[in-house]
Amino acid sequence: MTRYQIKEHKATRLGFGEALVELGHENPNVVVLGGDVTGSVRTDLFMKEFPDRFFSVGIAEQDMMGTAAGLAVAGKIPFASAYGEFAAGRPFDQIRQSIAYSDLPVKICASHCGITVGPDGATHQSLEDIAIMRVLPHMIVASPCDYHQAKKMVKATIDLKHPIYIRFFRDNSPVYTDPSAEFQFGKADTLIDGKDVTIVACGLQVWEAILAEEILQTEGISVRVINMHTIKPLDADILIKAARETGAIVTAEDHQRHGGLGSAVAEFFAENLPTLQEFVAVNDTFGESGTGEELMKKYGIDKDAIVKAVHRVLLRKKNR
Amino acid sequence: MKSTPFDIIELKEMARQIRRDVIKMLMISKSGHSGGPLGLADVFTSLYFHLLKIDPQNPKWEGRDYFFLSAGHLCPAWYATLARSGYLPLSELTTLRKINGRLQGHPAPAHTHGVPGVEIASGALGQGLSTAVGCALGLRLDKKSNRVYVILGDGELDEGQNWEAMMTAGHHKVDNLIAIVDRNHCQIDGRTDNVMELEPLAEKWKAFNWHVLDCDGNDIEQFISTIKQAQSLKGKPIVLITHTFMGKGVSFMEDDYKWHGMPPNEEQGKRALRELTPTKYGDFIEFEWEK
Repeated sequence: MTRYQIKEHKATRLGFGEALVELGHENPNVVVLGGDVTGSVRTDLFMKEFPDRFFSVGIAEQDMMGTAAGLAVAGKIPFASAYGEFAAGRPFDQIRQSIAYSDLPVKICASHCGITVGPDGATHQSLEDIAIMRVLPHMIVASPCDYHQAKKMVKATIDLKHPIYIRFFRDNSPVYTDPSAEFQFGKADTLIDGKDVTIVACGLQVWEAILAEEILQTEGISVRVINMHTIKPLDADILIKAARETGAIVTAEDHQRHGGLGSAVAEFFAENLPTLQEFVAVNDTFGESGTGEELMKKYGIDKDAIVKAVHRVLLRKKNR
Repeated sequence: MKSTPFDIIELKEMARQIRRDVIKMLMISKSGHSGGPLGLADVFTSLYFHLLKIDPQNPKWEGRDYFFLSAGHLCPAWYATLARSGYLPLSELTTLRKINGRLQGHPAPAHTHGVPGVEIASGALGQGLSTAVGCALGLRLDKKSNRVYVILGDGELDEGQNWEAMMTAGHHKVDNLIAIVDRNHCQIDGRTDNVMELEPLAEKWKAFNWHVLDCDGNDIEQFISTIKQAQSLKGKPIVLITHTFMGKGVSFMEDDYKWHGMPPNEEQGKRALRELTPTKYGDFIEFEWEK
């Protein structure tokens, strides 16, 4: 059986929206920019509570990022939010120059990330955002695994001196982390300990990894599951320990296999401790319409895909 | 500003000195933009030596007016102005575009290896109006009386983000913001009318709910009086369509788009410096051939 119990199903984007309201009460400098999709990205909650500190810029994400940067220059703590593709892809140059190069503490909060945004299809499925955000100097990149962690993560951004990109998901998803557990950027969580193989996952794939472990333990495989909620900077210590103790890594994410969490982990190991690794990610292709669950299965980023990747990496480990 | 504002005679003299500085900086760097910075020397001088509330000894002074240069390539004139007003040592003007220096080819703020007085990076065109609008919204939220000024190039208005920002500023009635469009009709490929027609420019800004004023940006008295008029306007953001000549002050550069992105060679630099006679403020460097 799984070692984590689902307490309820709630969307990570809701955790973001609720945390914003709490931050709004705690800090008068918190301001939020709206790009028309406020009900979807859940900044509507802040807008209703603090209308004076909410600025609508219309459907104009490039202007949104520049306006957020200007608010930061004036000493405000701006949160800019849109769907992943339009929070990272569309305004890339604005983020690069006005936010990252200028090193301003803007919080870019992207909802509806990954293929699991589902029926809207490939135009709205942000599968490249981790890659293009983590390549930017000064930028922190993170993705919470559930509603509670989303909330804690957003609240922890308040002390950051650098820009951050956070990726949330549309669908309701299992809530299973402890709301009282400590959270720190760059310090990953070991959710399940194990000695044969380590699954390093982020976002919704952390739950898929937990489900995969449940299957693998019945086969007698001892699996470690790490929630790498901060993709940049990676938790180096936990990765070195996992490589030394298990000698095989599977990364899992709702993102292209090139440039995402898997790439970041591979880059880290290539330089520090070359380790066998298999990638669970979308394989250099665009998505299509469907439900999140159907798409995770078809594009190979669900628990079954993780189980297969574990089998592959263990075979390589055995034949080494 | 915290020191006494310059009078018109001093301003004209300082503008000429800043033009000399720009020429010398570019002769040393052998790279950078000549035409735009020369055209804007009167505007920069008027702002930093007469109009802006600033404290060069304390660039982050909370009571300051915020200045943004959206068209970052115009920075040689800005760096010269910052040095002349006390943000930088004059000697640093020799380091434009040089490795390990702070005078980046396009400006960056002090905390990312740029210079004091620069609030945010610019150079990728079309981004400065959004940041200026954001800054103005933030100041208004704090009920501060500081104003926000931003200089935009006219060619830069081709970038769509400007029009998003114009809508945002109009929508939020950001009347603590004054945008200055450097209307010199030149961009790197040619005349703005040939590359991309901007007219009717004033009508476009009006249609986006801005107050629109018009002035000669190479006439210091007129520019200052127009800014003062702009400061009295309420209820909408204000734009000054500021007519300048690219290359102003150097006869063979004036109104010629070929000087947009080119530095003078030594011969051209010498000619330019002969036309821009020395001032009481003195050059930041004396070349061997001047001794």
